[in-house]
Amino acid sequence: MSTAEHDFDDSPYDLLAADTDEGHRWAFGTGFTDPLEGIDTSVPEGLDPGALVRYCLALGDDALIYSHRLQQWVAALPELEEETAVANIALDLLGQARLLLARAGGIVGQTEDQLAFFRSEHEFRNVRLAEHADRDFAELVVRLLLFSTWRLSLFSSLSSCADPVLAAIAAKGVNELAYHRDYAASWVVRLGDGTPLSHAKTQAALDALWPLAGELLRPDPDAPADVFDHSVFDHGAFDAVIDSVLATATLDRPTSAPLAPVAGKTGRDGVHTEAMGYILAELQSVARAHPDATW
Amino acid sequence: MTDQSWPLFEVFLRGKRGLNHVHVGSLHAADPEMALHHARDLYTRRNEGVSIWVVRASDITASSPDEKDPFFKPSGDKVYRHPTFYEIPDDVPHM
Repeated sequence: MSTAEHDFDDSPYDLLAADTDEGHRWAFGTGFTDPLEGIDTSVPEGLDPGALVRYCLALGDDALIYSHRLQQWVAALPELEEETAVANIALDLLGQARLLLARAGGIVGQTEDQLAFFRSEHEFRNVRLAEHADRDFAELVVRLLLFSTWRLSLFSSLSSCADPVLAAIAAKGVNELAYHRDYAASWVVRLGDGTPLSHAKTQAALDALWPLAGELLRPDPDAPADVFDHSVFDHGAFDAVIDSVLATATLDRPTSAPLAPVAGKTGRDGVHTEAMGYILAELQSVARAHPDATW
Repeated sequence: MTDQSWPLFEVFLRGKRGLNHVHVGSLHAADPEMALHHARDLYTRRNEGVSIWVVRASDITASSPDEKDPFFKPSGDKVYRHPTFYEIPDDVPHM
């Protein structure tokens, strides 16, 4: 963070000279872009469409369910500024969910809404971490740190993957996730290295959530090898980021084992925690009661 | 009881086509770093800015309304201070 302006690449004089007739006032922003503009949406030859669909559903469901959990915090946070921050993050994730579900739906002939609102619990492929209900603000930021650190690493690799649509979605998500991670990490450091009470609550949040993080690092059996080779996922980078944040926050890295699969199955296989049914009831009930409604 | 609320910060944004930072509002934050994050979350949601400054509101020294006349009146009749008697070259933008 600099205290003065050193933005030589982005000279306002050049911009003024280059482009003056868009008719927009500066305050309302310009330059909105479509992340998928000009991209061929057919499935590249040699890719297994079924596997690509299941993989997009996994990543899309993570974002959809996580976003829902964050939306539930809106109007319950202690400061207006944090509320906007969390709502922004929820919106970013909802945007990622829409693009990913639309990608999956485009291949199987369904809309993103059909996939979001008319699948049942065992068809959702999100990790169980996404459906966890944060019990306090410490859990909110610790969970977001784990999730966004993992997802940022993953999206960075996916931005050059074999499916051009998924690659574009991932490339768009990288900047969003980098900010989410920054937001979460700064709060984890602030609370962990804060008062004895905030430290204790943050350590408790970390201890409670750690078992759920293991599922993020499990290989997804449905990830198409040509799209994403799990063996190239950079576990080292994930660990390095988490360790560095925890060290700065004076928190101890838990040693607890990952939450065990149920009969060998985890969230990716459609086996969820009890919380999932309640989330879907809230998320889907209106769409199911009024299936043809538009908004 | 001590005041537990966060101090006030003033936010200045420079838009993509703006030449200078413009005051856009204020917010509460615990320190300047957090204020910068909050400013990003509150004031750049619609693509408004490419650069943010935040400054603690208490660090701003402002002119007082009581001094308005002695401060600003004296320049009111000095038309010769305006450079309106010169031709502006074509290649000088934004004058």
